[in-house]
Order: sequence, then C-alpha cells, then structure tokens
Amino acid sequence: MELREGLLYSKSHEWVKEEDGVAIIGLTDFAQSELGDLVFVNLPEEGDEVTVGEAFADVESVKAVSDVYSPVSGTVSEVNEELLDAPESINEAPYDAWFVKVTDITDKEELLTAEEYQAFVESEQE
Amino acid sequence: MGSYIPNTENEQSQMLSEIGFQSMEELFGHIPDEVKVKDGLNIPEGMSELEVRKSMQKIAGKNRVFETIFRGAGAYRHFIPSIVKSVISKENLLTAYTPYQAEISQGILQSIFEYQTMICDLTGMDTSNASVYDGATAAAEGIAMCKERKRKKAMISATVLPYVLETVKTYCFGNGMELVVIPEKDGVTDVEFLKENIDKETACVYIQHPNYYGNLEDAENIGNIVHEAGAKYIMGVNPISLGVLKTPREYGADVAVGDGQPLGLSIAFGGPYLGFMACVEGMTRKLPGRIVGQTVDHNGKTGYVLTLQAREQHIRREKASSNVCSNQALCALAVSVYMAAMGNEGLANAAIQSTSKAHYLAAELEKIGFAVENKTDFFHEFVTKSETPAETALKALEEQGILGGYPLDDHRILWCCTEVNSKEEMDAVVRILKEV
Amino acid sequence: MLVFEKSRPGRGCSMLPACDVEIVLPKEKDKRELALHMPELSENELSRHYTELAKKSHGVNDGFYPLGSCTMKYNPKINEDMAALPGFTEVHPLQPAHTVQGCMEVMKETEEYLCEITGMDHMTFQPAAGAHGEFTGLLLIKAYHESRGDKKRTKIIVPDSAHGTNPASAVMAGYSVVSIPSGEDGCVDLEKLRAVAGDDIAGLMLTNPNTVGLFDKNILEITNIVHGCGGLCYYDGANLNAVMGTVRPGDMGFDVIHLNLHKTFSTPHGGGGPGSGPVGCKECLTEFLPSVLVEGEETLSFVKSEHSIGEMKSFYGNFLVVVRALTYLKTLGREGIPKASQNAVLNANYMMNKLKDLYTMAYDEVCMHEFVMSLSDLKKKTGVSAMDIAKGLLDNGIHPPTMYFPLIVDEALMVEPTETESRETLDEAIQVFRNLYEMAEKEAESLHAAPVTTPVTRLDEVGAARHPVLRYQFS
Repeated sequence: MELREGLLYSKSHEWVKEEDGVAIIGLTDFAQSELGDLVFVNLPEEGDEVTVGEAFADVESVKAVSDVYSPVSGTVSEVNEELLDAPESINEAPYDAWFVKVTDITDKEELLTAEEYQAFVESEQE
Repeated sequence: MGSYIPNTENEQSQMLSEIGFQSMEELFGHIPDEVKVKDGLNIPEGMSELEVRKSMQKIAGKNRVFETIFRGAGAYRHFIPSIVKSVISKENLLTAYTPYQAEISQGILQSIFEYQTMICDLTGMDTSNASVYDGATAAAEGIAMCKERKRKKAMISATVLPYVLETVKTYCFGNGMELVVIPEKDGVTDVEFLKENIDKETACVYIQHPNYYGNLEDAENIGNIVHEAGAKYIMGVNPISLGVLKTPREYGADVAVGDGQPLGLSIAFGGPYLGFMACVEGMTRKLPGRIVGQTVDHNGKTGYVLTLQAREQHIRREKASSNVCSNQALCALAVSVYMAAMGNEGLANAAIQSTSKAHYLAAELEKIGFAVENKTDFFHEFVTKSETPAETALKALEEQGILGGYPLDDHRILWCCTEVNSKEEMDAVVRILKEV
Repeated sequence: MLVFEKSRPGRGCSMLPACDVEIVLPKEKDKRELALHMPELSENELSRHYTELAKKSHGVNDGFYPLGSCTMKYNPKINEDMAALPGFTEVHPLQPAHTVQGCMEVMKETEEYLCEITGMDHMTFQPAAGAHGEFTGLLLIKAYHESRGDKKRTKIIVPDSAHGTNPASAVMAGYSVVSIPSGEDGCVDLEKLRAVAGDDIAGLMLTNPNTVGLFDKNILEITNIVHGCGGLCYYDGANLNAVMGTVRPGDMGFDVIHLNLHKTFSTPHGGGGPGSGPVGCKECLTEFLPSVLVEGEETLSFVKSEHSIGEMKSFYGNFLVVVRALTYLKTLGREGIPKASQNAVLNANYMMNKLKDLYTMAYDEVCMHEFVMSLSDLKKKTGVSAMDIAKGLLDNGIHPPTMYFPLIVDEALMVEPTETESRETLDEAIQVFRNLYEMAEKEAESLHAAPVTTPVTRLDEVGAARHPVLRYQFS
C-alpha cells in the first residue's frame, strides 16, 4: 500500500490535502485496490455543499458502486472533471487523481497521519 | 392431466428415500400447518394436449379477426415479412434468459448490439438502450431520466396518445415529479402555453410527432423554446414515420422514444410490444435498462457484454434511477429482423405508402361528408367529423368485415392507413359510408 | 460479423407492391435528410445470419439451466402454438367489446386460476414484468394509504437478502427504504422487524420462500407485525414455484403480490423478455387497480376500478404471454400445479444432498425449490471463486447458477433445478459439479482460464465500461 507524506487520511479511506483553507480530497491507494478497476465516477457540482461523513461522490467498478465520503464540511469550489473521461487514473495514481476542492470549511473530522492510517488499515485487515 | 415432469412416481419415491424422506408430505413437513392449503386448489382438472388445444382454439374463435383494419391509435397493423417469425421462433433465442453469461450468449448480445445500432440510425440519436416494455413506459422512463436536483417539473403535450399520458401520470404519482399538461390547440401542442409556463424548474418537455391526431407538430420551434429554457427535449415518434419524416435528432431532441410495435410486431390485443429509447451522447448514463457494449475477450476476439451495469437496480438498489430489469429482447430481435428485411428502401416505402393512402382516404371521405379536421399536415392518421354518428358509421363497416377508425366521440373518428390497406379496401369504406 | 458488415448495396428483398394511390410526400421542411444505413442482404444471407446468432446462444432447450431465482423450466411447445393463433395475434386492442370476447375470456379465466393459486381476490395483467409488477403493487399501497388520509407512511421495509428491484421499485414509488438484516438462519429477524415497525411504515416487501431458498416459518407473525403497525404486506412472487398447492400468499397474510408468468408459468424468457408480471390483491386494494378488470358471465366487459391508479403501460399488458400461461394452467390443472412445485422442491433437495459433502451449503437444512452454496472456503483454499466454477460449468454445457446473489452470502452460487429436469440430468450435473471441485483442488489454473469451448472466452468488461462502444459506426 502506497502512502504519501504530507497528506491526512480518513477512516473511510479518503485522503485530504489542506492548503490555504482549501481541502483537496481523493481516494487512498488502499481504497482503489480494494475497489478494483474503476470504470466511472459520479462527481458533485461546483457550489454544492458537502458535509462531514456524508457521501459526495460515488465510484463504479464493473459490478459494484461505492460511496466516497467527505472528511470536511464546506463548499465545492472545483471539480476534477478529467476523472469523468479517465476513471482509471484513480487506479493508476490515486494521490494525483483528486476529486474535489472544498472551501469555506466549517467542520472537519479527526484525520489520521500517514503512519496512523497505515496502522488503522492493518488493524482493519486483521 | 398434462405434465412436463420427466420423473415417474416411482423415481420420485426413490429420490425421496435416497435423501431421507418417506414422502412428499414429509419433505414439506417443516412448513407450519396453519398456513397450508387444506383441500387442494379449487381449479379445473388438468387436460391432455388435444383437449387444451381445442379449448384454446374455441376461446380464440370468440374473437373477431378483421380482414381490413383502419384503426391505429397506438397499435398499427403493418406488413410483417415471414422471416421475422422464423427468426424469433429459434429456440436457442426464444428459451434463453437474460444474457448474464456472455460467453454462451453472444448471439443474443450481438442481436441487441445490432438493434441498438439500428434504433440509433433510425432516430438519428447517439445511444440506444436494449429496449423497455412499450412506448408508454419508454415515455415515462424518458421523462424520469431527465429529472435533476434543481429541475423536477415535466411538461407533456395533451396531443400524445392517451395511454402515454396516463402512464406518465402514474409514474409521476410515484416518483413525485410535477407534471404539467400543455393543452391542445387546433389539434397540436399549444406553443404559447408552453412559452409562458416553461421555467427554470422544468426538467423536460415531451411531445409526440406525429401526434395522436396524426398531425405534425411544430417540432423544431418547440425544441428551440425548450432548449432556451435549459430543459431537455423528448420526442415520442412513430418509428414507421422515420422512413420519410425528419428524425428527432434533426428536430433537436435530446431523447427519442416510441413504441416499436409497427416494426414487425403483430397487434396482438395490445402486447407484447417494445419501447425504444435513444438519446444524445451526453445522456447515455441516464438511460434506464440494459445496454450492450462491444469489447474483446482474453484472446483479443471481438465480443459483446451487458455494460454500464453499475447504473442498474441490481447494483445500485435503492439508488438506481429506474427499477427496469428486463428488456423485451425477443421483440427487439423481431424489430431488428424487420428493419434488416425491409432495408432502407422498404422502410421508406412503408412510410410513404402509409401517408399516401391516408391522404387518399381522407380526400375520399371528405367528399362524402366526413370533414377532415386536421388543419396541419398529417402522417398516416387523421380525424373526421360527420353528421352521421360515429357509431352508425363504424357499425356499417363492421358488418362488411372492416374495422373502421377509432371513435373519439359521437361524431369524430380517428382513421389510420398503412401500406397493407389497398385502394380497393378504401374505396369500399367510402362506398359503404356513402349509403349510411 | 455484424449484419452491417455483411451488407452489400443494392441487395435486399422485395416486400411491398407498388403504391396503388397517388404518392404524397411530406413537405421539404419535414423530410428526413439523414441517410438510413439499414443492412442490405438477400433473405438467404439474412436467415443464415440469425441462424449463426442462434447457434451462439444457449436456451433451456439446449440444456440444463439451474439459474437460481429465475425458474428456467421447460417452455412447452403448445404454448407457442396457442399464442400464434390469428384469433389472438390479429386482434386490435381497441376493437369493440363484442368482437374481443375471447381475449376477455383469456384474462378472466387466467385471473380465476391465479387468484385461487395465490389466495388473492383480483388480478391485473397490465404489468409487463416482475419489476413493473412491484412498482404497480407499491403504488396500490401508496394509493391505499393516501385514500385514508394517512400521509405519514413514507417507508418500505425490505430485507437485505432481497432482489435489487425491491428497493429500486420502492424508491420509484416515492418511498424510502428501511433495510433489515436477515437472521443467522437467513430468515427475517423478528426483533429487528418489530424495532422498525411503526406508523411511518407503508409496507413490507418479502418473498417466501426467501432468496436463500428457505421457507420462513414465522411468516404469520411477520405479516401480523406489519399489519399491527398499519402497514401492508407485499409478496414478491419470484419464488412461487416452490409452494403452489402447498401454501398461498393470501393465507400467509399478504395483501398484494406480483407473479412472473415467465418463471412460474412456463412462458419463455426470450433472452430477457417479454415477460409478464400480473399483480393480484385482496379486496381492500381492488378499487385502486390499474387498467381494467373483466366482468360478466355470458357477455364480458371491461370495467375500470373506481379509484384506479391509472395506467402502467399501453393497453392490457403482454397479452400473448398471458395466453401461454393460461395454456399451461389448463394443461396442469388441479393436480399438476401442486405436483410441479413438489418436484421442483424434490429436485433441489436431491441436488443439495448429493453435493453437500463437498460444497459448503450456506444454510444446511431442507430447502425449497433452490439452494445456495457458499464457495468462500473453496476460494480461500484454492483461489477458485464462484465465478470460476460457473465458467467451468459452461465448458460442460451447463448454464451456471445465479452468481453472487443473494448479497448476504459470500461467493454465492444459487441453484434452481426446476421440476422439468430428469433424474439423469441432475445426476450428470452433480457429477460435473463434483469434478469441478476436484479440478479446483488440483488444477486451479485451468478453471481460472475457463471457459475454453465457448464462441468467446472471458470478456474484458472493464474495457467495455470504461470506453463504451454501444453501436456500430458507419463509415
């Protein structure tokens, strides 16, 4: 499982990168490998409100669909529309394949560091 | 009693005892007595095949089959090439289930891929699904697929087939979409009403072309109004008309739907028919139901699979936008065979002959006091109004073995002609009605 | 090769005579400008094309088809003959009533048979398929509550073992779904049901036997709990083939049901349709039924229910499918119908018993018409999945069981042999299953590669979904 330093992680397997009050959100390498080959992404629209712990997007493999949960509450300021044409980039480079950027953050769940997340995933797998 | 159980009573007893049961009663012993049927089912005794055949033939004999039909209103008798029946009787296709196991279902999957291609070609649209139940459910599903978070109002013209309107109303009662019926004006959609009532909450506008009365709608203009409001434009079309009339694509539609029955399916007292649905590329993933896609196998050989399945109910469950599970595969096959057998010229010819004959009959009826009400151009259906009560006129025709048009009220009749109606038959109608 | 690739300009069949009236063409502005690209083939080529497609398909007619929850029983030939009678196929749906007495008789008689078999009072044949029937039934429930001014009921209870159409239909009818987990035994957990039963519940959707093939013995208590909170009970008739003549949904406390004529009543599936999903109900819901009911003794007529929910589709449903089902009902009759169910259950138990020493049964007890195996142990041990076993069956001429359903069983294979299979067929299939198990232990690789005898091998579904090619592109 690949991790990237400098990112924070949620227990529902999203990564978050915070810069100047903007949260960039994506799916972790662990999540993409569990989900298998992704074939489609449903994304929110710019201006949508997202809420901590609630689904804001979903990803489809051939025979399953899984929700992607928001680790923060705020407003979607940008959507990575490239994912719509190339959902495979989530499998290939999960930490570059961001889903949304969120601003006006009002709430945030307790996020894990790379080491903590690794320990969490290992404990889950036992 | 007829039976399709191969195992004899003796074999059944042996099988029971091999797995530790004395009797059928014991096998069902775990079912609580209080819910069990006590004295058997109160239905007739079973019959031999010969008896069943006679019994069903007797029932069929109580129906009247009209040699000549001038009635449409949603079910159209067209010519059906013999090859259609031959193909849909092939048992490997007839008795198969939905093609979940692609490796042994390439025939069915390929036939659906070909059907999708033909429907796209006929309507001018980019993507077609594998079909739904019929034209009315296709209309209802077409409207539902346009629902957006901020647009939950649908508008539908009053000039669509009554069954389409009623089915759409029922679906909206279920899914909670607001439905506004655009009134009819002079036999077509009231465009002024549409302009005044379309708004930012309008998800889509549905019109039928040619409409219930056979009239051609001002389809291009309506499309422009719909798109200016940012809504989706759905056109319900008679597929036969597309042999000669402009396609939904050319009128700017986002979604095209209709009943495939005229393309090789018998009228059959209303079913089974087929609903076709096609759309522009950007809406592909909103199409309900099954879709077949082309791909390759492990050796690089071309093959076909059910695809985009994660949109569907068996994966999305309560998040699916439609519960459609099956398609009308065998009807889709019939429609494909029909289009292939007719070819480009045959399709155009069926359309041209249908409209030509309707115009001939309309002109002849006009001469004997059945005034044609259509103020705009019509395709293969038209409405007459007469002093003679509709009932009297239709009864006179019925006595001569002709099923006349459909009575809309006491004095108005909706007529339909197709390529199967000969000049001789039409002249007979005029001759009979002249004497009423 | 696609039919379009076989097309040659100018070929084709002559189908229509010259037009015998003056040709009238639409105005230029209404004329089609887009070219048509229908295939142009001689009838011989066309006929061979479809024969080739038929050869690459597998129906019940080709061999054993134990596809769980789909009831792939034999489709009798007389059904087809009767559905092809011109007295049925050439009748217009809007003909005057006195000219369609036969069609009405078909509907009335079939309704009488099916109401007696299910314990319902009335039935509509308008729904075109099972899912369409579910939607119809839920709208009846909705209309019922609304007619009583009861607007607080916004939820439908669906067990987690249910078919995916159940929750999807509930949502289409405007309900939210309360999913209740199944108990250890695969049946409804009564405590969990009691916990959610309240005055916001519109109804419950259930099959019995349930989707794991077991008869839920607490059925009366289940329907009582739902009725107790003011809800109605919906019976998904997908599994009726197990219980005809033994129990009736109406006697188990269900208020509304749908049947699948293409499963239980032997009409062919046609590669995915047309089916027929008639909806039956108790008297309390009759006034809301869609479409029309047939009434009368000597002279029959169509009557619209007083507070009908309207129309679910055009006309009266998939009529020719109903003709086939009536033919079947007449053939089997009072004794044959229960025997069909008894033998369906016997065949399933026979197969289960002869496999359970090797394969792990999800629930090791007397099953009804189908049983569910879990291959999760085998997968852990050998790496061979339910999918691999299924593909291995293809190389043996057997259509695989339903895979990965119900969702509550890991690596599930759901086997429904039906009553129309002989003991020899079952024995052969049992042997094939056993051989495949052995293969999984000894040469797992060859099962991963299966099938190898089919027209194509396993297909790239990921590629198909990522870059959809949904039609042929004309150059």
